[in-house]
Amino acid sequence: MIRIAGLHKAFAGGPVLAGIDATVAEGKIVALLGASGSGKSTLLRCLNGLETFDAGTLEIAGFSLKPGAHDARTLHALRAKVGMVFQEFHLFSHLSVLDNITLAPRIARGAARAPAEAHARELLAQVGLGERAHAMPRELSGGQKQRVAIARALAQGVSVLLLDEPTSALDPDLREEVREVLRKVARGAHGASGPGLTILLVTHEHALARELADEIWTLAAGKITGISRPA
Amino acid sequence: MHESGELGWGADLQGGEPYVYESPTQPGVIIGFEVEIAEALARELGVRAKFHQNDWSNLIPSLERGDFDLALNGLEDTPARRARLRLSRPYFVYGETLAVRRGSQLHSLAELSGRRIGTLNQTVAQELLQAQHAEVVLYEGQQEPYLDLSQGRVEGVLLDHVIADRYGCAQPGLSCVKQDLARGTYVIGMRPSDAELATRVDAALSRLIESGELRRILEHWRLWDARQAELSARAPLPLPSTSSAAVAPLAPVSAAIPGPAPVPAKQTISRAQFGLFFQGALFTLLISVCAFALALPLGVLLAVVRSHGGRVSRVLATAYVELFRGTPVLLQLYVLYYGLSSLVRLGPIQAAILGLGLNYAAYEAEVHRGALAALPRGQAEAASSLGLSRIQVLRHVLLPQSLRIALPALTNDFVALLKDSSLVSVITVVELTKRMTIVAVELRDWVVPGLLCAGMYFALSFPLSRLSLWLERRYQSA
Repeated sequence: MIRIAGLHKAFAGGPVLAGIDATVAEGKIVALLGASGSGKSTLLRCLNGLETFDAGTLEIAGFSLKPGAHDARTLHALRAKVGMVFQEFHLFSHLSVLDNITLAPRIARGAARAPAEAHARELLAQVGLGERAHAMPRELSGGQKQRVAIARALAQGVSVLLLDEPTSALDPDLREEVREVLRKVARGAHGASGPGLTILLVTHEHALARELADEIWTLAAGKITGISRPA
Repeated sequence: MHESGELGWGADLQGGEPYVYESPTQPGVIIGFEVEIAEALARELGVRAKFHQNDWSNLIPSLERGDFDLALNGLEDTPARRARLRLSRPYFVYGETLAVRRGSQLHSLAELSGRRIGTLNQTVAQELLQAQHAEVVLYEGQQEPYLDLSQGRVEGVLLDHVIADRYGCAQPGLSCVKQDLARGTYVIGMRPSDAELATRVDAALSRLIESGELRRILEHWRLWDARQAELSARAPLPLPSTSSAAVAPLAPVSAAIPGPAPVPAKQTISRAQFGLFFQGALFTLLISVCAFALALPLGVLLAVVRSHGGRVSRVLATAYVELFRGTPVLLQLYVLYYGLSSLVRLGPIQAAILGLGLNYAAYEAEVHRGALAALPRGQAEAASSLGLSRIQVLRHVLLPQSLRIALPALTNDFVALLKDSSLVSVITVVELTKRMTIVAVELRDWVVPGLLCAGMYFALSFPLSRLSLWLERRYQSA
């Protein structure tokens, strides 16, 4: 469950978020569409605490965030529940695929190596990279990197997944393998085992948005200008 | 000199008062008793005296190279110099004076065996001390040995009375042994090939002595004493000796006038000198490794503070880097070893390691700051978004990557440090380069010791560059 109320955020160049009010029910998938600079990515970054905001409130995964700096303990706890995938993957280049996925569970959450690795291998199998556990990031294609990044974001058992243009940095012929993984993750959200993952997907791919999302929000100039439900 | 009408003479201004030094009241004007002697000599010879500044330890090589005609700067008469150069008759008689801390029982040469005694490099005192098997600590300037004596870093300082009287005996807490431990003379060094010049210089000196001009100069500088009575002896004075008989008498001792300087047999590096070279190389390696082991973590810490710290700590770290990068490491070593000696008493090796380590930390800080800045911003964001704390982000994500980026620069810096470690000879550490200069002076040959020294530096640095290549490759393929 995500509840956004009166969210304002300005950078030095002017306002980016100019009063966002919206709610996402648990287990729902929302796609955010809008031109570059409309505030989509900033909204996502606010939800993970990577950006602070100037006014309004955010409730996400049982945490509530207020304007100004967040305290480190809240962020630490919040991020165990809210995973984020970046446009440019940001895999840790000095760590193997497996270590990329187990780093946070082990270092930030104190998990033991063996169970963390077992879970990481399951996730890798789900994103179709079961054979590449010991590869280094530079040995992977862009699509493979993004699939590892998705597995990494899920590794802590998050309840919210934030995806910031996950296919935009990829060559068109590599996008489908990531879309395929996203479909799988979305099925997890809509799975029979009750409401699962809540997903916010920032994208420029309208077709993907219509295919996966329960709701499509259109952003312009820092405001939600339209909410639609694909048939 | 005949063609130019100039008499070139070499000395080191760093030798200080009263030899040859810059006038404290008139910058650029050179004064001292040896300046007046040089000018008096030139007058006698009907030429102009022209001063050449030259590092004292290289005075003789420069004379031999033809940079000037006379080496006139507290040059002591020794058998080695007689063998190498043409020496004039003496113009000054000095006594070897032992300075000790007040209350010390040391008062004779024989007692100095095994003791830690300071003196200047390439002096008769050094030879006397080595003959007594004292632990000789060599300095380049005449103030530092007395500073170290006050600080307890040496047990005594043996130097010419001219230096001892001015720089040592009057220091609080120090006293000088009354009688000379040995006696010797200052002479003018000339090239063996300048036979005619040598004859004329000797004749001119004789005239200065007979006319009382030399006495007038020495009195002017308050250097005239009973010892100088020996100057008017027709015969050359005896060489300095450690035997008690040679110390006591002030009366001239007759000796055969030396003929033309014999051509010395070509010496080669002895086994013992070779061993000392290895010892010097070990000191170089020890100091470099320890200094780098200090510089690396300190540099990483400074870099992290500069790129991730709070405002105040950032300013402090920046100030540290700018201070240590912006001033010469030689100055830092002097300040650490001599300047702060009343606050922290460090041994020469500790001061060398600390001084080089603190200095190189500033450079390592810049290398690591650059490496941290070279990492994509997304690395830190991705790690933060996963719940790692700021420290964990640095420790597990940023530093492991920046260290790899910095690795080639680090190896480069270590090789530079290996060579910069030769600077610590100014605080009495005898490392590889210092050993080379000492042996070169002893052998009168810079080629063989120089090549040996270069070979040892290469042997130390080459494996390092191989190691760094291997590490780089390993990290790239890991």
